[in-house]
Amino acid sequence: MYRYDSFDQQLVDDRVAQFRGQTERFLAGQLPDDEFRSLRLRNGLYVQRFAPMLRVSIPYGLISSRQMRMLGHIARKYDKNYGHFTTRQNIQYNWPKLETVPDILADLASVQMHAIQTSGNCIRNITTDHLAGVAADELVDPRPYCEITRQWATFHPEFNWLPRKFKIAFCASETDRAATRLHDIGVFIVRNEQGELGYSIYAGGGLGRTPIVAPKIRDFLPEMDLLSYLEAILRVYNRLGRRDNIYKARIKILVKETGPAKFTELVEAEWAKIRDGELKLTRADFDRIAAHFDAHPYVAGSDADTSFDAAVAADSAFAAFVKRNVKGHRVPGYKAVFVSLKAPGVAPGDITAEQMELVAQLADDYSFSEIRSTHDQNLVLAEVRQQDVYAVWKALRAQGLATPNIGLLTDLICCPGLDFCSLANAGSIGVSDEITDAFESMDDLYDIGEMKIKMSGCMNGCGHHTVGHIGILGVDKKGEEWYQVTLGGSAENDATLGDRTGPSFDRAHIVQAVERIIEVYLDQRSSEDETFLQTYRRVGMTPFKTRLYADEAVAA
Amino acid sequence: MTHLIRDQQLVEHDFPLLADDAAPPASGKLIVSLERWRKDAAELRGPGLEVGVRIPNTVNVEDIWAEISDRPLINLEFPGFADGRAYSQARVLRDRYGYRGEVRASGGAVVRDQLHSMARCGINGFELRADQDPQVCLKAFEDFGLAYQPAADGALTVLRRRAS
Ligand code: HEM
Ligand code: SF4
Repeated sequence: MYRYDSFDQQLVDDRVAQFRGQTERFLAGQLPDDEFRSLRLRNGLYVQRFAPMLRVSIPYGLISSRQMRMLGHIARKYDKNYGHFTTRQNIQYNWPKLETVPDILADLASVQMHAIQTSGNCIRNITTDHLAGVAADELVDPRPYCEITRQWATFHPEFNWLPRKFKIAFCASETDRAATRLHDIGVFIVRNEQGELGYSIYAGGGLGRTPIVAPKIRDFLPEMDLLSYLEAILRVYNRLGRRDNIYKARIKILVKETGPAKFTELVEAEWAKIRDGELKLTRADFDRIAAHFDAHPYVAGSDADTSFDAAVAADSAFAAFVKRNVKGHRVPGYKAVFVSLKAPGVAPGDITAEQMELVAQLADDYSFSEIRSTHDQNLVLAEVRQQDVYAVWKALRAQGLATPNIGLLTDLICCPGLDFCSLANAGSIGVSDEITDAFESMDDLYDIGEMKIKMSGCMNGCGHHTVGHIGILGVDKKGEEWYQVTLGGSAENDATLGDRTGPSFDRAHIVQAVERIIEVYLDQRSSEDETFLQTYRRVGMTPFKTRLYADEAVAA
Repeated sequence: MTHLIRDQQLVEHDFPLLADDAAPPASGKLIVSLERWRKDAAELRGPGLEVGVRIPNTVNVEDIWAEISDRPLINLEFPGFADGRAYSQARVLRDRYGYRGEVRASGGAVVRDQLHSMARCGINGFELRADQDPQVCLKAFEDFGLAYQPAADGALTVLRRRAS
């Protein structure tokens, strides 16, 4: 866990005071609506269909047990007893009252949390791998890099009024678990041929209505130059990004319209003038930031335990959980345990106050008091000794948090859609419920294997539909809810945008369409080991299309 | 009436903007548009006149620096509340060129809630939007006592404070 020092705390406290003043001036009629709107957005506060919505920042998805308890307290005291984990590793509350938001922010500040820059056209939460620090395929722990970037971005005076929102992600592992190239800036931590650490920089990725996989703009950036390079990119974007059309304002449009080569030239020219300035980092800067993170006292010899294997052999339900929800750890004898927030009948990512408290307790008892949130809207207890996994599983299961479906079809991503969002064309939570019902049988799910269904209620793509193996997008047709389907998207190293199947499906037929896609896959795959994505890439769209539109009446 | 804050003090308004089609006075302080400056610089450099230049927020400061570097005042435009382009212009003027004259902000974003960031970027003159209460605005400079990142105000960053 990164621990604040008095400087970090002072800045967050000052921000709470600043926002309290702004809220008071607004309620007293001294601050125009649209201006208060911009200011409250920068403090995580949206106003949605039924109520304000507060998005709390979870830098790179890392939460302490104490913070998790506070999130539970906030759910209970200010909301309807639950919260919603998002695809950017943050948490949202759907029902707070405007007047209470400064109090919520003060409660958050008391546990070193905030909602700063979780919305608005500024630099947003920095995200990374949810297995950072424990993954075996990792070059270095990316979190100190994320934190140093978070501090640079927080209240950056020059970049608080950008053309559009700005998201940065880091990846330091072989497998990209952070959808890094789908961000405005994607930073891959790498070693060059001389063995020096540094970064490959990608810019201009994003989802939304013009989904783009970011092109690389610099092959190798020396480690100490991270912040000056980011500043150069942001300065070019602040100056040249389009402000005439909100749909063309993201940096991805600037990169595309300028051309990646020319854009790179502009960045490099700016960078040349600032690279040796005050933003130059030193080894000592990194060391100091790294020292703010707790060191974990791993117990040597934890892999001598035999109870874990015995429990897997003896209890088939536990074995199923281990197969899907438990991943390896770089330290022998430790495991990363995934807490599924995708139980049947629950909106993906939703969690109650009681469940938060349970997870906090398990973190205290078994996982160095830390929890991570994932961009697939689940949680991870990443530091569990294998001898303790059985106890963790039993406790999670008692609270409906142990659905053994991580990475399977029912581990789907879905935005709030028509149930909460004022921009929605169609409901997504209801469809996700029905899909979960349709694929109720765990045996079927295992047979289908690795499958990412992602669903958004409108083009803005909060549910990442364009990079779902199956993507579902809500569209409005003369006031009715319809759904467009894409196949073959991916947010991993092979980042790809999905292809449209054809005409969209109405509410009554969308779940059936998903079932048919799965049937075609099961029918076409070359062996049980061929995943949906591999099969789709091999056989292409035709067999899917044929089956989906066999019966014309269902689609239009 | 609009108020002027300079170096965190409420001061008498000075350097009024001269309309592009108006004749310059014989003496005094004024601001002209970049376009006008380009056209009439010789005349506007006359004795008795102190002339600042207002630059559009769409120009690259590097392209025009040579033309304006000796001016006592550079006026930046913030046409709308959410248009932050001139923040970068201010930093280039101060950080890159070490400009020492007044950098003045005008327009719809020159309000209580943006003065702190503007000051950090090197703006020291604020032509407050007409609806702004200058006493409330003066408090803006106290919003934060610390800064995470270097900017044109020379504030010692948190990273450097930790080092010492
Ligand atoms: C309910 C209120 C919400 C509203 C009004 C909203 C609004 C938007 C809008 C307008 C965009 C498009 C921005 C653009 O393309 O420039 C967007 C994108 C996005 N939103 Fe939301 N959103 C909401 C909830 C959520 C939730 C709950 C999540 C996470 C589960 C989320 C995650 C995202 C992500 C990941 C993107 C795509 C970013 C990209 O283009 O790279 N949003 N949202
Ligand atoms: S994708 Fe559309 S409907 Fe879904 S949350 Fe985002 S803006 Fe709302």
